[in-house]
Amino acid sequence: MLNVKEMLEELKASPYEEIEVVTPHTGVVQFVGLKTGDRVAGPGGKWNEKPGTTLAALTREKNKKNICATQKGVVTDIAAELEGQFVEAGVRLLTIRHFLSKDEVIARILKKALYLFCAPERAKYYFVPEIDGKIKAGGEQSVKPRDGMEMFIVSRMKRETPLAYTGPEGIIYAVYFQQGDNVDGGQPLIGVCQESQLSLIQDVVNRVQGEWEEQD
Amino acid sequence: MDIDKRTQQLAARLSYIRDIFGPRENASVALLKHRLEEFLGAASGFGMRELQVQVGRLEELFSLLEGKLEGELSPMDRVRIVRHPQRVSLKDILENVYDNYTEIGGQDEWSIDPGMLIARATIARRMGKKTVHQPVMVIGQEKGHGQEFRNGGSIKPWGNANALYYMRVAETENIPIHTYVFTPGAFPVEDYPGAAQQIAKNLYMMAGLKVPMVAVFSEGGSGGAEAIALADKRLMLSHGYYSVISPEGAAAIEGGLKDKATPELIERCAERLRITAEDNLRLGFIDRVIQEPPLGARPDNYEFFRNLRREVIRATDEVVHGAQGLGPLRALAMRRAKAGVDPQDIFVRWSLGSGARDGLVAKRYDKFRAMSRHALHDNRTMGTRLAVGLARGLWQVHSLLRHDIFAKYKRRLSGLLEQWEAELRALGLGVGSLLGRDGAGARLGVPKEALSRLTSLSCPEEGACRAEDAWVYLSPKSREDRTVTCPNAASHGCLDLWAPDLYGEFAGVCAHCGHHFPMEFQWYLYNVFDFANAYEFNAELESGNPLHYEGFDLKLAEAKRATGLGSSCITFETRMEDVAVVVAALVSPFRGGTVGAAEGEKLIRAIERARIKRLPFFMYSHGTAGIRIQEGTCGVIQMPRVTMAVRRYIDAGGLYLVLYDTNSYAGPVASFLGCSPYQFAVRSSNIGFAGPGVIRETTGVSVPPKYHRAFSALSRGHIQGIWDRRDLRKNLHQALLTMGGSNLYYR
Repeated sequence: MLNVKEMLEELKASPYEEIEVVTPHTGVVQFVGLKTGDRVAGPGGKWNEKPGTTLAALTREKNKKNICATQKGVVTDIAAELEGQFVEAGVRLLTIRHFLSKDEVIARILKKALYLFCAPERAKYYFVPEIDGKIKAGGEQSVKPRDGMEMFIVSRMKRETPLAYTGPEGIIYAVYFQQGDNVDGGQPLIGVCQESQLSLIQDVVNRVQGEWEEQD
Repeated sequence: MDIDKRTQQLAARLSYIRDIFGPRENASVALLKHRLEEFLGAASGFGMRELQVQVGRLEELFSLLEGKLEGELSPMDRVRIVRHPQRVSLKDILENVYDNYTEIGGQDEWSIDPGMLIARATIARRMGKKTVHQPVMVIGQEKGHGQEFRNGGSIKPWGNANALYYMRVAETENIPIHTYVFTPGAFPVEDYPGAAQQIAKNLYMMAGLKVPMVAVFSEGGSGGAEAIALADKRLMLSHGYYSVISPEGAAAIEGGLKDKATPELIERCAERLRITAEDNLRLGFIDRVIQEPPLGARPDNYEFFRNLRREVIRATDEVVHGAQGLGPLRALAMRRAKAGVDPQDIFVRWSLGSGARDGLVAKRYDKFRAMSRHALHDNRTMGTRLAVGLARGLWQVHSLLRHDIFAKYKRRLSGLLEQWEAELRALGLGVGSLLGRDGAGARLGVPKEALSRLTSLSCPEEGACRAEDAWVYLSPKSREDRTVTCPNAASHGCLDLWAPDLYGEFAGVCAHCGHHFPMEFQWYLYNVFDFANAYEFNAELESGNPLHYEGFDLKLAEAKRATGLGSSCITFETRMEDVAVVVAALVSPFRGGTVGAAEGEKLIRAIERARIKRLPFFMYSHGTAGIRIQEGTCGVIQMPRVTMAVRRYIDAGGLYLVLYDTNSYAGPVASFLGCSPYQFAVRSSNIGFAGPGVIRETTGVSVPPKYHRAFSALSRGHIQGIWDRRDLRKNLHQALLTMGGSNLYYR
């Protein structure tokens, strides 16, 4: 049995993720004057089209390339001794301490607590009418998937085939797709949890929503 | 009551004056303000008679000073006048100039584009005792007096498409079109049918429209104005402006700023661009100026509407007469009309006969052909000019004899022989070709060497066929010893490429994802168009500075020195395999590939050359940033001018193919490039009307990063295909054989 509370405590003890920035290939390293404790931004813009803060430059064969931050956070532990040095691929340049947001915390907890049933291929997915009716009448949690239960209709290029659920028995915690929209292969369709854990998970999620302090 | 109303009107007049003159200090405005305040302060103490006298005096003072202020208007003040919510709008004109009208392009906000107003209107004219209602199609931008949904007369692509549809309707019904230009510029979105493409389509269509067209300019903002303004007579309101770009836009470019430009710079740009009616009349881009009351026409200036009515009737009459000639009595009547008789008292039939309709189009072409000829440097000697003129005449005679007369009989004969051959075959008689030709390939014009390569077995022992790797011209970038990273490296995992490989053998194409790095125009000229063996013509036509735009002479001289070119356009005649073609290239290193009077003239001459010699015509856009703003309307007029030449060429049965490369934007794409039925792009090129920055500024919407990419343009239906750089020569040759009209010399 999963101890969700313990997980939350663990996250609270270290509410960040440490991202190690490593060299993608060989080259001469040149830092841009960042100091420990400096804040850096991740990719921005509506389409993430603006790259994040430049962290360092790597020059190989007279081809200078910038290495940019992939997440926002605070710079810790810069390998300043590498300045001007030729390095191999995979050498750590600095570390970014990225503080977790509420959504990221919840996503982490759910990832561990739920069983995600994913779409096998890109297609439109629907619940079979019986389950659809049940969800509409009694909410998502009224459906109890079990292994081999026929739950979905896969509609691809106007051809419809049934799809059976495979995985542990439980109840649907969340539905991740819109009926009639295209879902890429590998994307989660539903998240299933054990019935006994439902109230616990809901409680933790509510607590995170209420208590988690986001740090910039 | 009466006094109150008159006082209110005076206050409104004052606030209008203050709007026009902006933040500028002006003694007359200050005096009017002071006098009005003084009067309002003392009004309660006056008797009725005294009030009447005082208000009368004030009104006289207002009229006097408005006349004085009229003389002080700067070009930017005129821009503020046409943008003022109290400015006359198209609906006021429909109400007051025409006798009856019905809106057909939608109604108010219930329209595909509320900014574009289309109406069937009538003008009543006397013929003896009878009244004749002459129908016209009225098309124009409606700014509305502050109606937000009109979008300030900035027309979306579908609004222009609607205008085009009703122009066609007018052509079918054989009624004249009156267009009224009230637009600051087109709305620059690429959604289908696309801002640039639709304006190009409109221009192309109008170039051959067989009904009289009269355009009246109030606010003529660049491409948006051209979309409906290619007319036989172009009139302009005296307080209007007609410009290649808004003064704000010019200032932003001039200042090279990301932020808003200062008001002083905007004023200066408005001054330099020569945008007023007077300037445009002097430069020859409009035919007549319609005088407005001091400080611009407003909806209650009824005398102005009467004048406008007279002028549009006169203009339409003149167009009709120009197309079908004058009878002796009518000529007399016209002379009387010039002597001051109201043109609406002399009836002129506005529907044209079929002969006159063709004449009308030819006259329209000649009219635009003659524009902006003074705006470039023609460095040819008198001898060269005479020789060119003579050669042109001889070619015309040659084409007439060879392609029109001789070829006609040849076609008939070969048709007859083919028919006989088919008859004999039907009878089961195996006969050789009666035409004595050697195979289907030869008839299509495939060169012998290519034919043998295609039809015989390959010889692997001779080594791989690497003909396409042997580039004649190598980019100087290939001499650098360094590696280059593909911009798609993050998403496609492309490895770094060594510059000598990339810019040499790979022809600037990423070996992993196929991204095309930009290459010099020389690469295309020599490797695709065989420039080494080509004949370049009109290189002596060079760009000038027709508006004496401050500081531009220096920039132009620098561009000429750096590139060794006289303009951004290179025109030459070359051969693709065995087929002779005329090619025009717009090259970006010369002032960003912008198009001005010299480029326009060179393009028209190249198109005419192709038409006379029955050659295919390729337009290669190595990159163009648009119309050269420093040439003002001399630049923007190239849009209709060149498009008309293109239309004439295509109608004559030619092949006009456009090839886009790197970045092609604005005016040229919205006219002579975009009107081609065969538009192809080199991979990784960008095509559009306005860049992302301009779109964000004018519409408030950001566009996704790859909005202008060739693949987006292809999926929007703007271009017909995307070609790999290394296959260009093959693809162009293929196009020569499979596309285009029937009047090419090799058909």
